[in-house]
Amino acid sequence: MAAARLTIWGCRGSVPTPGPDTVAFGGNTSCVEVTLQNGAVLVLDAGTGIIDLGLDLVDRGVRRLHLLLTHLHLDHLEGLRFFAPLWDEHVTLDIWGPPSPMLGLQERIARSFSPPLFPIELRDVPARLTFRDVPREPWSIDGVSLAADLVVHPGPTVGFRLETAGSSFAYLPDHEPALVGVVERSSDWISGAALAEDVDVLFHDAQYFEDEYETRVGWGHSSVSDAVAFRRAVGARRLLLFHHEPQHSDDSLERLEAHAQSIAAPDEPKAELAREGMVIELP
Amino acid sequence: MGRRRQKHLVLILAREFASNLATPTLIADADGTLVFYNEAAEEVVGHTFAESGEMPLDEWSSSFAPRDKHGQPASPNERPTRIALDERRAAHERFRITSRDGVDRDVAVTAFPLFAHADEFVGIVAIFWRE
Repeated sequence: MAAARLTIWGCRGSVPTPGPDTVAFGGNTSCVEVTLQNGAVLVLDAGTGIIDLGLDLVDRGVRRLHLLLTHLHLDHLEGLRFFAPLWDEHVTLDIWGPPSPMLGLQERIARSFSPPLFPIELRDVPARLTFRDVPREPWSIDGVSLAADLVVHPGPTVGFRLETAGSSFAYLPDHEPALVGVVERSSDWISGAALAEDVDVLFHDAQYFEDEYETRVGWGHSSVSDAVAFRRAVGARRLLLFHHEPQHSDDSLERLEAHAQSIAAPDEPKAELAREGMVIELP
Repeated sequence: MGRRRQKHLVLILAREFASNLATPTLIADADGTLVFYNEAAEEVVGHTFAESGEMPLDEWSSSFAPRDKHGQPASPNERPTRIALDERRAAHERFRITSRDGVDRDVAVTAFPLFAHADEFVGIVAIFWRE
């Protein structure tokens, strides 16, 4: 088995988009499973993709989990309340998330587990939960090395870098580096660059075509050309376009992918669309 | 995994903010290294940031021979930037400086610390005006 296996359970941005126009790439919001060679399971974000993942984890009998949240916008949290392991008293779940200058992680998540949004309080969830701010320095979980850094997106938001003994992966699903500059800038001044530098696989926000981005500057997401430029700046070896715009049908996304490939230099890796069910094995 | 070299996001955002201001503004990191000043500041100090590059803020400040209203050299410890760095509080003062172009200028400097979190000091911002 590979050192780590990445499974995409949701890659849609902003809001779930079920329906016939999104069958190919999926309508569930952000969730990526990272299964390590030793059987440990880490989950990146709790969009609606985590609901099906939860059922799968129950079937597999996994009872020890780490959930790493990039931020607490609803499309990255809304599946948590329906995550089956949460309702099993035998499950231990560590939830990691960005520190906030004001409220703790538990208090912020508890808002979505309270009336009128939800009938059950967070304190009544049966699983054993621990809430942890992501450390400022790299740390390890079950044999994988991790780093988290704040990145450009409204509100406290982090991206993640994961490293196994032989490979690396960066996850920046919600990121607008162009707001503070990507091109012709040294990498230490580029948001998220340290996380994504020279990684084998980069999942990066590419929500918009360029003309769409023009009217959405500051919303926290990237155009496809900015995603390609970011990959170029950090030297990532593979780019997965992530956080698909809800109004983009499968056909539209295929055009976005073709556009991404057309603007890359011939010697650059060809960007690919993330899609639900996609599995990537890291050596 | 080693820690990779990266400016703190707060400094990256501060730089972008400063880049779009007509008010002379400089940014130093928590170690007291001048990491950026904007085009408006370039007019006051008489050279571009590209020419000076990153350097210790004290060294950079001293090159302008800041004096108080009596013409006496300003103690480094009394400079607003040093107060913001050491005491992590806002400070304001007036100086006469000699810019790189040899012109004496009266300036007022306001410096304040940047905290990403209550216990995470990441640098300072200083803004200054010609008096």
